[in-house]
Amino acid sequence: MTASAVLYWGLGAAQAMLLLAMLLAAWRMMRGPRAQDRVLGLDTLYLNAMLLILVQGMRSGVGLYFEAALIIGMLGFTATVALAKFLMRGEVIE
Amino acid sequence: MTPSDLPLWAAWAIVAVTVAGSLLALTGSFGLVVLKRFYERVHAPTLGATLGMALIVAASAMFWSMTEGRLALHDLLIGLFLTVTTPVTLILLARAAVYRDRIEGDENVPPE
Repeated sequence: MTASAVLYWGLGAAQAMLLLAMLLAAWRMMRGPRAQDRVLGLDTLYLNAMLLILVQGMRSGVGLYFEAALIIGMLGFTATVALAKFLMRGEVIE
Repeated sequence: MTPSDLPLWAAWAIVAVTVAGSLLALTGSFGLVVLKRFYERVHAPTLGATLGMALIVAASAMFWSMTEGRLALHDLLIGLFLTVTTPVTLILLARAAVYRDRIEGDENVPPE
């Protein structure tokens, strides 16, 4: 096996696992049962998506995916903090 | 060096570390579905957010250092950022959940 074939199939398997992880997180997000479970599911969903994009950057050899993963990480943090604040207080900015 | 010129051992090492990280992330998400209560579930995703993320970031740093022929450590930025933010978000979320459960008079809330 050549190095590029190893990278293509091995990283593809890793991406399949991350995709399955995203599906499980999305199931928890849709199922609930309460709002905090949905927020936790969303948090896990974006984290797995960020890892998936990072692996896609390695698989395709395009460095631009790194910036996308970084931005998703930052926005996901902000989103989860805002949602947790909303669950606590009923409003985000007081 | 393009990705196809990587030595075979490097490709296998990168794939092994990435697959290990993905397995941890998958285990964390599986726990999110399987565990019964919110206070148990809140632990599960941290598996992927700490060690799983660290392994994939390490594989990415390895990959870009090998292909570009220099030390490419920009991926560690993601690792650093997530290490700082994950505990903050989960503590805030757990506190919000405790607050909501106490208001509703739930018996199973963790003690003070």
